[in-house]
Amino acid sequence: MVIPATHSKEEIFGLLATIYDPEIPVVTIQEMGMLRDVILTETGCEVIITPTYTGCPAMGIIEHDIIELLKQNGVPEVRVTTSYSPSWTTDWMTSETKEKLKNYGIAAPIHSSCVNWLQPKSLAISCPRCNSSDTTLISQFGSTACKALYSCNSCKEPFDYFKCH
Amino acid sequence: MTPQEALFKYTLRLGDNALIQGHRLSEWCSKGPILEEDLALTNIALDNIGLAQAFLKYAADIEGKGKTEDDLAYKRPERQFYNHQITELPIGDFAVTIAKQLLISAFEVPLFSALSHSTDETIAGIAAKGVKESRYHFVHSRDWCYRLGEGTELSHSKLQQAIHDLWAYTGELFEMAEEDTILLVAGIAVDLEELRPLWKETVATVLTEATIQIPEDGTMHTGSRNGVHTEHLGHILAEMQYLQRAYPDATW
Ligand SMILES: [Zn+2]
Repeated sequence: MVIPATHSKEEIFGLLATIYDPEIPVVTIQEMGMLRDVILTETGCEVIITPTYTGCPAMGIIEHDIIELLKQNGVPEVRVTTSYSPSWTTDWMTSETKEKLKNYGIAAPIHSSCVNWLQPKSLAISCPRCNSSDTTLISQFGSTACKALYSCNSCKEPFDYFKCH
Repeated sequence: MTPQEALFKYTLRLGDNALIQGHRLSEWCSKGPILEEDLALTNIALDNIGLAQAFLKYAADIEGKGKTEDDLAYKRPERQFYNHQITELPIGDFAVTIAKQLLISAFEVPLFSALSHSTDETIAGIAAKGVKESRYHFVHSRDWCYRLGEGTELSHSKLQQAIHDLWAYTGELFEMAEEDTILLVAGIAVDLEELRPLWKETVATVLTEATIQIPEDGTMHTGSRNGVHTEHLGHILAEMQYLQRAYPDATW
């Protein structure tokens, strides 16, 4: 006997689209491109997510958030699977998502095709606060795995840059 | 060795290298020479641990005995670890850590780059992430080699000594074991002999720029492909596995 699915795929996507990235609470996991697919099963669904960085500590929280939300909404069985293929890239971010990052104080990633990874200091990253392009790379490793630390020579404020990945 | 055994061991090796390297780097937590370096080294450790988790999870799937990545990390004895000996060597001072990072990341960039084209989709997917992360690791250690090499007399001599001491552990990176040969035919693994000249050129370019002499290739340490390690791995595992050994299956 086939048990009728309680929710359509679209409904589940709609619910999941409300989950925010725990480390950047202004963008959702869907906007970040971490939500890859939903597969309906006889007793619930399987949600496929992909990590931004392999060691991203937010993945465990995101998995927990997905299961909690869907269970609250009556999906009986929820399984979350991590997929590495295709490999997540910052190039998937839309310009709207990048704008949200900037308004939150994080300089958005430059498209990977424009980046020479061997020469990070040559990147022209604009300050998200004052838009000045006169900025200095302090460290390629910042407050989280996905961010680099910069300082602005115009407004003198430090800021995060979401590294191209 | 069956193809499945070869794939299991190969994936374990990739996972173990990342795990032990990450564990070593995590020793810098709160001990970095400056705040930015504390963050950098622990971020790199985090990348390594993440990569280890992905590879060991896949290894557990291949083995098919219902184990998890944590079982493989915390419940295997020393002789069943296949990480390169260079990863388990003590972090030493900052110059030793930077030298280790240079030698290892200059190997990982072309390794993961090649593995991202592996016919094994899971390995290819994880490697595609690994290559992006190891590029950041390489640039970090390269730039520090320039600074230490061309810094003071003391920083120069410390880096020179570190490169000299670690050199004999680099031969192991390119050893082709039975699992490599089996998986190479299937397009899953990489021909490590092909990576060697590339690695040598990258390392030599950085060291020359940093005014550091490149050691001669002498006798190289070997053994990790067969689970033979230096005296240091046992100490790492004693600490890393303590909780799961003392309180099996303990959870947060
Ligand atoms: Zn500014």
